[in-house]
Amino acid sequence: MGLWRRSGHPFSRSPLASASGWFTEYLLSTDGIVPALAEGERLNRIGIFMISNQSTDLLFEMSHSGRRCHLTPACDVPMREAKSLLPADAVADAPPALPEIGEIDLIRHYMNLSKRNMSIDTNFYPLGSCTMKYNPKRHERLSNLPGMANLHPLQSDESCQGMLAMLWSMQNILGEIAGLEAVSLQPAAGAHGELAALLVAEAYFRDRKEHARKRVLIPDSAHGTNPASAAIAGFDTVSIKSGTNGLVDLADLKSKIDDRTAVFMITNPNTIGLFESQIGEITKMIHDAGGLVYLDGANMNAIVGVTRPGDFGADMMHYNVHKTFTGPHGAGGPGSGPIAVRGMLAPYLPTPNVVKDGETYRLDYNQPKTIGRVRSFFGNVGILLRGYCYIRTLGPKGLRSMTENAVLNANYLLALVKDTLDVPHGDRCMHEFVASASKLKRAKRISAMEIAKRLLDFGYHAPTVYFPLVVPEALMIEPTETESKETLDAFAATLLKIVAEDAEFLQKAPHTLSISRPNDAKAFKEPVLRWKA
Amino acid sequence: MPYILNTEADRKAMLEKIGAASVSELFTTIPQPFQLNRALNVPESLCEMELQQHIIELARRNASADDAVCFLGGGSYDHFIPSVVDVVASRSEFYTAYTPYQAEASQGSLQAFFEYQTLIAQITGLDVSNASLYEGGSAVAESVLMAISINLDRSKVVIAESVHPEYRLTLSTYLANLNKQIVTVPTPGGAIDPAELAKVVDDQTLCVIVQHPNFFGNLEAVDAVSSLCKAKGALFVSSIDAISLGILKRPGQYGADIAVGEGQCLGTAMQFGGPYLGLMACRDEFVRKIPGRIVGQTTDRNGKRCWVLTLQTREQHIRREKATSNICTNQGLFALRASVYLAALGPQGLRETANLCLQKAHYLADELCKIPGVSLKFKQPFFKEFTVQVPGDAPALLAKLLKAGYHGGLALGRWYATLGNCVTIAVTEKRTRAELDGFVAAFRASV
Repeated sequence: MGLWRRSGHPFSRSPLASASGWFTEYLLSTDGIVPALAEGERLNRIGIFMISNQSTDLLFEMSHSGRRCHLTPACDVPMREAKSLLPADAVADAPPALPEIGEIDLIRHYMNLSKRNMSIDTNFYPLGSCTMKYNPKRHERLSNLPGMANLHPLQSDESCQGMLAMLWSMQNILGEIAGLEAVSLQPAAGAHGELAALLVAEAYFRDRKEHARKRVLIPDSAHGTNPASAAIAGFDTVSIKSGTNGLVDLADLKSKIDDRTAVFMITNPNTIGLFESQIGEITKMIHDAGGLVYLDGANMNAIVGVTRPGDFGADMMHYNVHKTFTGPHGAGGPGSGPIAVRGMLAPYLPTPNVVKDGETYRLDYNQPKTIGRVRSFFGNVGILLRGYCYIRTLGPKGLRSMTENAVLNANYLLALVKDTLDVPHGDRCMHEFVASASKLKRAKRISAMEIAKRLLDFGYHAPTVYFPLVVPEALMIEPTETESKETLDAFAATLLKIVAEDAEFLQKAPHTLSISRPNDAKAFKEPVLRWKA
Repeated sequence: MPYILNTEADRKAMLEKIGAASVSELFTTIPQPFQLNRALNVPESLCEMELQQHIIELARRNASADDAVCFLGGGSYDHFIPSVVDVVASRSEFYTAYTPYQAEASQGSLQAFFEYQTLIAQITGLDVSNASLYEGGSAVAESVLMAISINLDRSKVVIAESVHPEYRLTLSTYLANLNKQIVTVPTPGGAIDPAELAKVVDDQTLCVIVQHPNFFGNLEAVDAVSSLCKAKGALFVSSIDAISLGILKRPGQYGADIAVGEGQCLGTAMQFGGPYLGLMACRDEFVRKIPGRIVGQTTDRNGKRCWVLTLQTREQHIRREKATSNICTNQGLFALRASVYLAALGPQGLRETANLCLQKAHYLADELCKIPGVSLKFKQPFFKEFTVQVPGDAPALLAKLLKAGYHGGLALGRWYATLGNCVTIAVTEKRTRAELDGFVAAFRASV
C-alpha cells in the first residue's frame, strides 16, 4: 500500500477524509509509493483510520441538555432551602454552565483524546533535561492503596505513623544521595525547590548580618527557572559565560565574584550533558569568597551513586523526584522538588519536617529560624512515595546501575548520532548530549525544528529543541537507562534517514499526525484561551 | 537490574561503538577525589512482591479516611471521586506524557487543558484560567506576585486573618525579600468586618486577599470587599472552594479580579497533602500577567483547529529573571482530573454536591450544638465547614474521637492563640446520616 497526491480518487469523498489533516493532502492507494515515506509511517497512517471524529469535539460542543454522568445520593438529613441557610445575596441563581455529558460519551472523549498524545508508555521520548524514563506500574498500584492515598494532611501524627516512617526514610535517603545533612521534602517541583533553597540562603546571610550578599551568579546555559527563582527570592542575577568547551568560563566567573556574591547556581552535569571537571576549583572560589554553591539537581540521573553534590562542594540542591526517581510526568506535572542542604543551613529550612523520637515519628514545626513555608501541607507526597518505591526497588546497586546505564545509553546514542548531526561539545557526555543542526541548516535548510517535527512521523517524541540557548539549532537528547540498544539503534537510523530527506518536505512535517505546524503567531496575537458559546 | 534492558553483550557492543574500554571510563570527567567509591547507604533492593508487602505494612499503620470517618478540612477534603476520573487519569497516554511542547504529539493533553481552562473560567465566572499551579497556598502567593506586577507602584498587601494560616505563611515566605508590606486584618468575629477592612485599604494597597468560604468555614462579605477594592484601585483576590461554586455566587459575579484556590476537591485524593491542584483565573485585561502555562487555540498549516502552549513570553524559559513567575511544571494530571470531575458532575451534579455539603454541615452543626457546652463559635453563615467551641481542651477531645473512629476536625489553637478551645469541622457529601449521628454520639461521650 502506498500513498498518492490528491486526485479524483474515490477515497476523497469518504467521511474519513476529515479525520486528519494529512488526509487532505495524501490519499491511500494500493498501487503506488511516494518514495519519501517510510514503512513505519504507513503503519501510523493506518492507525489514524481508527481515531474517532468525536475526539476532535470539545466537551462543550458535545453538551446535550439533560444528560448526566455522575448522580448524587438523595439527601438523608432534613433538607432546607439553601436561601434559608445562606444570605440570599451570596447564592447564585444557577450553577455554572458546565457541559452536560453522559458517561460513555465522556469516556470516549478522553480515550480518543489520549490517542493524540505521545507518552513514555507508547513512544521513545528522548526529551533532554526531562529524564523521561519508564514509570513502573507497581508505583501506581501502591500509591493508590487507600492506606496511603486517603490520608488527610492534617490528621494526627499518631494516625499516620506508616506515612511518616516512609517520609522520614525518604529524608534520610535523599540526604545520603546528596551527601548533605538536612532535607526538606516540601517543595512541589524543581523550580519551587530552587526558590525555597534561595530563601534559605537569604535567611542564612541575613542571620549572619551579611546584608551585602545580594547577588546570585548563574551560567548562561542554566535553566530559565534559576534566574526567575533568584529574582523572587530578592536577589540580583549575574550571568556567567560558558567557554567554547561548554563548561563554566572560570575567568569570567572569577571576575564576577566579590563580597556581594551570595550564591552560585550550577547545574552539574550541565545542560550540555558535561560534568564540570573544574567543579572543585569553582566551589573553592565561591566558598573562599564567602558564598554558597547551589546545585540544580535536574541532571542527577547522571551521577546518583557515583558522586555526591555535597562531596564536590555544593551546599544546597534540589531534586526533581519526578525525573530521577521516576514520578509520572502527567503531561506537565506533578513534580516534586525536595531540597538538601548542609548542616549550617538546616535551621532555615521550611517546616514541618519529620523527626523520630524513639520508635515514634512526628511532624516538627518548632524551628524558630525557618523561612516558613513555600506551600500548604507537607509536600507532593504522592510523588515522594513513588520515588521511595523506586529507590527501594533499586537498592544501592540498582541506583548505581541506573546511573551507569543512563550514561552508557547516552554515550552510545551520541556515538551513533555524531555521524549524522554535529555534536559540538565532544565525543563523550554524561546522561544527555546536545547535537546541533547548524551545519545542516546552512547546507540543506534543515533546522532542528524540521528534524524534531519529522521524528514525530516515525513515532518518536522529539528531543528538546532550541535549549540550551548557548548551542545554535540545539537538539538535546536524553535516552535514559530504561531504553534498549535496539530502540537507540532504530532512532539513530531514523535520524540518518531524515537528514537525507528533502528540506521542503521536512518543512511541512509531521505528515502523519492529526495536525501539522500549528500557527503559534496567531495563537499569540489573537489569544483564544477558552471555548465560548 | 530492574528496568534495565542492557545485557552484558549489549554493554560490550555499545562500549565498542563508543570506543571506551569500560563503563567507568565514561565517568572520568568526574575528578577522582569526588567519586564516591562505595555503595550508597540506602536499603537493599526489594522485588515487586516484597515492595508491595512493605508498603502494605506501612499503610496498615495509618488510619485513612476509609478507617476513620473524616471530618477534617482546611483545604483538603474527603469528597467522592467518580470512577471515570481514575480511569481517564490512569490512561498511560496522559499520565506518562510530559509538557506539551511538541503540539502535534500532544493534542490530547493540549485540548484537555484548553477544556480545563474553560471549565475553570465557567465555575469562577472569570474570563481566563491558566493551565494550573502547584496548589492552593502557593497559588495565593502567585496571585500576589501577579498583583505586584500589575500595581507596580503600590506596596501594601492586605490579607484577612480568616485566610488559611498556611496560605498566609506561604505568602509571607514568598514576599520576604520583595519590599512589600503585608497587613493582616484581624477577624475576631470569624469573618472580615468591612469597616475594619476599610481602615487599612488605601491608595497604596495593591491587592486584598479574602478566602470565601474562609478557613473557619464562614462566608465573607465579598460584595463589600469588592466595592472597597474598586474604590481604592486595589485588586481583589478571592481564594475559593470550587465545590461551593455549585451554590455560591462566582468570583466574577461579585467583582473579584483574580480567583485562586485549592483544586484537590475536584477529583483528587487527599494523599497526605499533595500533589494537588492550584486554581487561578482572572479577568481578561490581566492575561499577560498570569503565571504558569496557558493553552491557546489556533489553526495548523491546513487550517485545522488545534491547540498550543501560548503567551510563553511571560514564562521563565523565555524571560528568565524578568518572568512573571518561576513556575515551570504545572499540575497537568490534576487539571485533567478536575476536568473529568466537573464534566462528570455537570451543572446539576455540582449544585447537588454543594447542596449536600451545605445541608449535612448544617444538620451536624445543629446536632452538635445540642450537646451541653458545645456551641457555634461564630455567628456567621457557613458552607461545608463550621467552627464550634468545646468545653476544655480541643486536642484532647480530638484524641478521644480518633479512638472512637473519627478524624474529628481541626483544633484551631495551633494557628489562633485565642481559639484554643475551638474545632473546625468539615462535612462533605460523602458523610451519611448514620456517620453524622454516630459522630454526635461520640462527641457527646468525649466532651
